[in-house]
Amino acid sequence: MKPFTNHVKQLFEEYSASLCSPDGFGEVRRKALSCFLQKGLPDKKTQGWQKSALERKVRNNYSLKLKPDEYRPLEEFFKCRIHDLNPIALPMLNGWFVPKEDDPCSQGIIACGLINAMQNHPNLTLPLVQHQNIDKENGLTALNEALFSDGVFIHIPDNTKVEIPFQIVSIVNTKDNCLINNKFIISLGKNAEATLIHCDDSIERESSFTNNVTEVFMGENSRLNYYKTENKDTDSILVNSLFVHQQSGSKFRSTAITFNAGFVCNIFNVNLNKPYAEAELNGLYLVDKQQSCDNHIFINHAAPDCVSRQMYKGIMDDEASANFHGHILVAPDSQRTAAFQTNRNLLLTDKAHVTTKPFLEIYADDVQCSHGATVGQLDEEALYYLRTRGIGEAAANRLLMFAFANDIVQNVEIEALRDRLSNMVQHRLQGELNVCSQCMLSDDITFPIKL
Amino acid sequence: MLKIDNLHVSIKEREILKGVNLEVKAGEVHAIMGPNGTGKSTLASAIAGKQGYEVTQGSVWFKGKNLLDLSIEDRAREGVFIGFQYPVEIPGVSIANFMRTALNEIRKYRGLDPLNGAQFLKLMTEKQKVVELTDKLSNRSVNEGFSGGEKKRNEIFQMALLDPSLAILDETDSGLDIDALRVVANGINHLRGEDKAIVVITHYQRLLDYIVPDVVHVLFDGKIVKSGPKELALELEERGYDWIKDEYEKNKI
Repeated sequence: MKPFTNHVKQLFEEYSASLCSPDGFGEVRRKALSCFLQKGLPDKKTQGWQKSALERKVRNNYSLKLKPDEYRPLEEFFKCRIHDLNPIALPMLNGWFVPKEDDPCSQGIIACGLINAMQNHPNLTLPLVQHQNIDKENGLTALNEALFSDGVFIHIPDNTKVEIPFQIVSIVNTKDNCLINNKFIISLGKNAEATLIHCDDSIERESSFTNNVTEVFMGENSRLNYYKTENKDTDSILVNSLFVHQQSGSKFRSTAITFNAGFVCNIFNVNLNKPYAEAELNGLYLVDKQQSCDNHIFINHAAPDCVSRQMYKGIMDDEASANFHGHILVAPDSQRTAAFQTNRNLLLTDKAHVTTKPFLEIYADDVQCSHGATVGQLDEEALYYLRTRGIGEAAANRLLMFAFANDIVQNVEIEALRDRLSNMVQHRLQGELNVCSQCMLSDDITFPIKL
Repeated sequence: MLKIDNLHVSIKEREILKGVNLEVKAGEVHAIMGPNGTGKSTLASAIAGKQGYEVTQGSVWFKGKNLLDLSIEDRAREGVFIGFQYPVEIPGVSIANFMRTALNEIRKYRGLDPLNGAQFLKLMTEKQKVVELTDKLSNRSVNEGFSGGEKKRNEIFQMALLDPSLAILDETDSGLDIDALRVVANGINHLRGEDKAIVVITHYQRLLDYIVPDVVHVLFDGKIVKSGPKELALELEERGYDWIKDEYEKNKI
């Protein structure tokens, strides 16, 4: 047994009694643990993980946060100051949901902490909490199910459109080396529509390992716009496994942007289960120093007449590395599938590294599929053109890099968020961005929780 | 303003320019004509400072400085503008952002304060009118999906905005229909002035109907083999280049 696997086993033996396990959920956790013990973390032998930095970065001395920090109203420690955004805030602090005194939701909409939902809405929540086929996934999903402390539950009833975006902010701010497992369940009824922004920010002094699982259940003709931003310390590990389950006619659209990463890994698993479902996945990763970012995307075309589009771009500077693994599976009966995948990368130094692997597995004959991957430097002709107009080499480089990256940001539909992200990309490329400056967390002085 | 002395330029060790001499004074418009493959575009690229264009001999003086000692961007900042035959497409960079960055970098070099958003917008609107460029176009990415005519118009727009002392326009007229040609020519004439100079590289006489040159040069075999008044362009249009070749070969012997 590898040291980390053994470490998890010990943590579970010691603390599992303290984890929330209503209605026999303890059995679910035990099953998940044994699944994890069998699989361990994905390693060099795992398909698509050969070049991943996870094993190298993981430690064996994590502690669990078994209960939330002392309650403080949200306003005291967090505010997203993006002008005109005004979301329904769903903050997570060190692995625990921070409730608000007044519930902003009405009309049967639920947006609350996961443990709260498991206790107060068991009929809606419990059937969705347990991952459907945990043996099929890599060990990270099982690890999450065995040890998750809390999370968020969002339920949008049939025929309900929520105009205001939900914003989950996962904050890690602790001196301990924490292993945090959170689960986010988003359930949309028929014709329901919502927008979810999920920011992962940390101002850690120590290195933590956050292992999140998000499950999205999309009813017929529902819509979800999902925005994921990641801005983590150089020492931290963050894994986000997203599972999307789509019914017919549903549309899932995501934009995932990794600004800074110790090691960030996005595992997006999209299941187009019924006809006419559509998924559009856009991603951007900007890493430098010795940061590392992996994207594993699996699109399962399990029904005919579905559409999927992926556009992922990355810029690697210094000694940073990235890994893109995109798998499209088209089942034998999934005729008239349209599936497109593009991954483009810029390497700014000789020591930066990217591995990109598009992988199409097609068993139907009437399909329209394409994939393309490029790894390159900035366009010399374009640089020359900019310089002939008086723009210095450094500024010309920045302008082209910004153009390359901003292309992804342009997919963001909320104007205030788009402008903010665009601005963050610009600062990131000038090496000036550590955390989102509109997140009150970035400012230590206004952060009242003393640790 | 511009003085080119015995300029020799090689690309991959093949000599293309074999001793070009040219002097352009402030207020003048010169046209450089000549058959394909004689080095016209090479001359423009060498003055711009393009990589791979190796100057083996000679100098290019511009307002008392040897351009060949300057970086690509510093040549532009000194006031040299090159209009390209095939402008590149730059997806994701809007013309407005591009030009604002360029203008402010040039201003910084000259010790001037940068233009703020409002000042820049005013200037841009003014210059857009010169080349009849719509707002829609200036918000688009540089040259992306532009027609040939739009690309050339965009070059002239950039020139109008940056207001250089010397403009070298490399076949800015090629691929233009008669309306676009008129617009482009108007833009070029707009730049004319006592303290400005323009060098137009062209195959055809038709642009010169709109922009009347002071001097016409013929570039052949990497050298300027003939210079004359504007009537020379008409003669070339009528007689082609064969007689120039014959004359050149005869003199060679």
